Amino acid sequence: MKAVGMGVAHESAKLHVTGTAKYTGDLDMLDVLVAYPVQAIHARARVLKLDIAAALEVAGVVTVIVESDIPGENNTGAVKHDEPLLSSDVMYHGQALAWVIAETDDAARAGAARIKPQYEILEPILGIQNAINAHSYHTEPLRILRGNPDTILEKTTTLEGEILVGGQDHFYLETQASLAFLDEDGCMVVHSSTQHPSETQAVVAHVLGWARHKVSVQALRMGGGFGGKESQANPYAALAALAALKTRRPVRVRLTRHIDMQLTGKRHPMLGKYRVGFDVTGKLEALHLEIYADGGWSLDLSEAIVSRAMFHCDNAYFIPNLMVKGFVCKTNVTSHTAFRGFGGPQGMVLIEDILDRVARAVKKRPEVVRELNFYNENSLDQHTTHYGQTISDVRIGNIWNTLKTSSDFENRQLEIENFNASHPFLKRGMAITPVKFGISFTTTFLNQAGALVLIYSDGSVQVNHGGTEMGQGLHTKIAQIAAQTLGVNLERIRVMPTRTDKVPNTSATAASSGTDLNGAAVKNACEILRERLEHVAAEMLKCPSDEVRFENGFAVHLKQKLEFEKVVMKAYLERVSLFSTGFFRTPEIHYDKVAGRGEPFRYFAWGASVSEVEIDSLTGMWHLRRSDILHDCGDSINPLVDRGQVEGGFVQGMGWLTMEELVWDDTGKLRTFAPSTYKIPTLADIPLEFHVSLLPRATEEKAVFGSKAVGEPPLMLAISVREALKDAISSFGGLEVKLAAPSTPEAILDAIEIVKDAAREIVMSL
Amino acid sequence: MTGQDQTAANFSLNGISVSLGALDHNTTLLNFIRASGLTGTKEGCSEGDCGACTVAVLTPDASGKPKYQAVNACLMLAGMAVGLEVWTSEGIGQPEALHAVQAAMSSAGGSQCGYCTPGFVMSMFSETYADHLEFDEAALVGNLCRCTGYRPIREAAHALPKPKANDPFFERLNTSSVSKSAFSVNGFHRPDHLPEALRLLETLPNARMIAGGTDMALEITTAFKRFENLISLEGIPELLEIREVEGFLEIGAGVSLSRLETELRGRVPLLDELWTWFASRQIRNRATLGGNLGTASPIGDAPVVLLALEAQLVLSSIQGERTVPLSDYFLGYRKTLLRTFELIKTIRIPIENLGTINPAHELASKQYLQAMYKIAKRGHDDISTVMAAFHLEMENNLVTKARLAFGGVAAIPIRALETEKTLIGQVWNRVAIDKAKKVLALEFKPISDARASASYRARIIPNLLEKFWLENTGVNA
Repeated sequence: MKAVGMGVAHESAKLHVTGTAKYTGDLDMLDVLVAYPVQAIHARARVLKLDIAAALEVAGVVTVIVESDIPGENNTGAVKHDEPLLSSDVMYHGQALAWVIAETDDAARAGAARIKPQYEILEPILGIQNAINAHSYHTEPLRILRGNPDTILEKTTTLEGEILVGGQDHFYLETQASLAFLDEDGCMVVHSSTQHPSETQAVVAHVLGWARHKVSVQALRMGGGFGGKESQANPYAALAALAALKTRRPVRVRLTRHIDMQLTGKRHPMLGKYRVGFDVTGKLEALHLEIYADGGWSLDLSEAIVSRAMFHCDNAYFIPNLMVKGFVCKTNVTSHTAFRGFGGPQGMVLIEDILDRVARAVKKRPEVVRELNFYNENSLDQHTTHYGQTISDVRIGNIWNTLKTSSDFENRQLEIENFNASHPFLKRGMAITPVKFGISFTTTFLNQAGALVLIYSDGSVQVNHGGTEMGQGLHTKIAQIAAQTLGVNLERIRVMPTRTDKVPNTSATAASSGTDLNGAAVKNACEILRERLEHVAAEMLKCPSDEVRFENGFAVHLKQKLEFEKVVMKAYLERVSLFSTGFFRTPEIHYDKVAGRGEPFRYFAWGASVSEVEIDSLTGMWHLRRSDILHDCGDSINPLVDRGQVEGGFVQGMGWLTMEELVWDDTGKLRTFAPSTYKIPTLADIPLEFHVSLLPRATEEKAVFGSKAVGEPPLMLAISVREALKDAISSFGGLEVKLAAPSTPEAILDAIEIVKDAAREIVMSL
Repeated sequence: MTGQDQTAANFSLNGISVSLGALDHNTTLLNFIRASGLTGTKEGCSEGDCGACTVAVLTPDASGKPKYQAVNACLMLAGMAVGLEVWTSEGIGQPEALHAVQAAMSSAGGSQCGYCTPGFVMSMFSETYADHLEFDEAALVGNLCRCTGYRPIREAAHALPKPKANDPFFERLNTSSVSKSAFSVNGFHRPDHLPEALRLLETLPNARMIAGGTDMALEITTAFKRFENLISLEGIPELLEIREVEGFLEIGAGVSLSRLETELRGRVPLLDELWTWFASRQIRNRATLGGNLGTASPIGDAPVVLLALEAQLVLSSIQGERTVPLSDYFLGYRKTLLRTFELIKTIRIPIENLGTINPAHELASKQYLQAMYKIAKRGHDDISTVMAAFHLEMENNLVTKARLAFGGVAAIPIRALETEKTLIGQVWNRVAIDKAKKVLALEFKPISDARASASYRARIIPNLLEKFWLENTGVNA
């Protein structure tokens, strides 16, 4: 039986549905303490006095963790050391100034409520434009240049504009959670809902002032991550460890939804300012684009995120002359962070918005202009990106044509035109948009992974690797890879919780790379073990070792079969090692940040989607009528899991671009910190007709078992929903549809009014 | 009343009897369940918006027959479960012996991270045992999933077979005896008749009434209030009646919205429409009309519809009863004319206003037009940006009565009285509508908040009248 390629259910599915899958916050321990923060009530201030005495009087309060309790470095920054765990500098509204540690949640909360810090209030910097005005940036600007965009832009037809793309809360169903305790050696064990156990370990260690070997981190499973637990799980793990060290008792830190949304960073809001040049057919000639990201109070991963926005401002299009600059604004809000797509989505929303506008300017359908500008591998000079990477396998043409046919695009467009002509206030729109997404960490050294595979003498197998399970099905795919490589049934494989004492120095489970990297490392370990077992089996079967195959739990030679466990037992008795590490480093990739040149990606994932919407032009309310998706997962290791990633990413992206609105008031306080005010899609928001297919015969030679990464790319399929809304709005006339992102009903109504006004002006000028 | 008999304060949790004991009566059912070691029921938001805490409660319906109801355990207090059966995902199946719902979810790819899954399972479980054939997707709108995109969950739900006759959970519907009988333990009191409730309200220190608790429990879970005495209104028959008497449809203030949804289906079209957009199944299973009026939120949805239907309220206290028009009830932001120690007993709607076919008004010359519109960032299970409900009566194409009610436009749910005056006596045509829209555009001064700007609200208020006109011109141009 084949394991790779089968649509087996998630390895924990039966535990999920019976409520028996444990998450970090579910773990209980004798005498465990809990924590609650004292939160700043200003966006920018200095704490003059923080008197904790009143909190200590509350029954059940054990201690209060303040800055002076930190024995090591007061820092949790992922890249730059600019994130104190506790500080008297208030950098954003809601910042935790101290944590009350108590026997119960009620006591911790009551204690926190009794601490009344005194502040010197300072002026915050809020919003991207204010940061630009104040020259408030975290880093030097980044730039990538190809050709002579500025010269070309002087000579051709151009359009200028600005687009503000809103942020997004991760809204993982499980909020940030950590449990820390001292083990029998006095060393620290931390259970953390983290996408990056090695970094969590490093941060805990340096906050405690310890070497890393005294800290073990375990990530059992996460109730969703989406990038929100890549760097931002670390402060809560560090806090739990600090409190455990101080109290010598286990400490659990689990944020309430409100506090999670107030403290943690989100997808970056980004402002794009552009000038685009094009010919009469709509073919792009040059683009000058500046991308300003709201980084929030600390750098976090923002520079790499802006880089990815810059790498993806071409989406699937060849832009011969291109200057893109990236800026990370420093503002007084939460520190914005990784979120599925890692800046790529914002870059792609910008270029899709620009192409839609160009199409209307040359009076063509947007899909025609999109197609016209695709990368083309048959044309020598039209398949190299602006950063100099040659795209060897352009799949968009095939995907595009197949999807247009399967979605009946042209007939439906006629139906929509008829509908719009006949209805007084309901208008429909449809759009098709492409996705090209580069796969690899753009920070090259992160593209490595390790594994540790243990075969026990009864033939059962434990697989350890550096990747974490957040629902994406990584452990399921890893088990399939291990089973396939060892030639055994899936039941024999147990994928272990991720632990830093099994595989060290791991990279985050991020950048869609989980299976590519860890799968390859596990495969490597399994191949080493299989080779050893082949020799043992060859002796038993009396044949050359290169003629032994392992399949379905047997060592096979011609018609002879030996049970896997018999070979394993024999190996044990022969004193053959039954465990091995495995390792993988992605070959050939490189990138020079200063020059803006290189091949940062191992390969690209492709896809396209068609969406049809209906808007009510009197209220701006809308709904998604139908979506069709064709997505490239290579040879899918698990079609059930991969389809889940495609559908889930699409719906999450649709939420981001339409209904999920983050509102900060003018004091810097987040007003949408709960699901009552921050609305993610429900089951009623997905289209009744939702056709999703994976690209067939799509082998990717450069990745494990011919597969492709699938975590992030599908999110950007949702851009078709935004463009379909614009198509519907354009039925009122006008040359440009200025639709805010997210396109809430209010934004849609605003956009309708703008096009109606523009259409009226055109009529009057005639 | 059974007095302070603590042994009576039991309920069944996954088939095992559990006692409230000395539990703080402000404890939520969710915290009670998790503290008992059953951690499958999750806290995702503690405000009834995500559904991760959904459990099934076997509870008596109007006729006393048991019925599974999906509820948000984060908004239900443990005391409210006394006398009932509570089921969680751990109780209905095990990994090696899955319940049909669990098997469907697991094989369809319905779980990814799995954190929302137990809640979905329990919503689906409750819906499976409902006495209608088709799976109603509305049962799942109150469960948020951030991973799957819902498609496999929707497919799993529709593929579910109806339970077999020997299904033990199906059999319980005939064999279990659940009831909301009277008890009183610690500070939680559940009287079983109205005079007793009113007496407790006056005599117990700092007593607060609580019905479904879907709004009041938020004060416990998000504002961290603790109530000294809570008087549950769930066991009072006088508050649980639905009847038609002397030209009025009378709805007990304690009737759950789900009961209205099923028992009045087809009788009050505006309410039928409302439930589609009103919160979630879990909330409607617990929330009551009395509660929606009692909290006096300016963005409550039911008051808007009830204003359009010209409802009246019967208010009751030890001193006696009084009947007031709903339009007089709201005094200001979260202020009503409800006196201390007084409760809402009944909501009365004139039958002639219901909008359904009524023999007395079948004359061709006389017509009703009704509509309701809920405007929000998300269509389902969101709080209204603006809510509107319209009721128009016409004779021979002349508007004879007009009630245009709005929520989210002022400090209280309110009628557009000036605009109504403009319409009455006019021919129902473009000219009248344009004139009315101009008046309506000036009638309210809405505010900006996290949901929308004042300008947006101001624009859509007259647009909703336009929409009403356009949708009905075919009928009566």
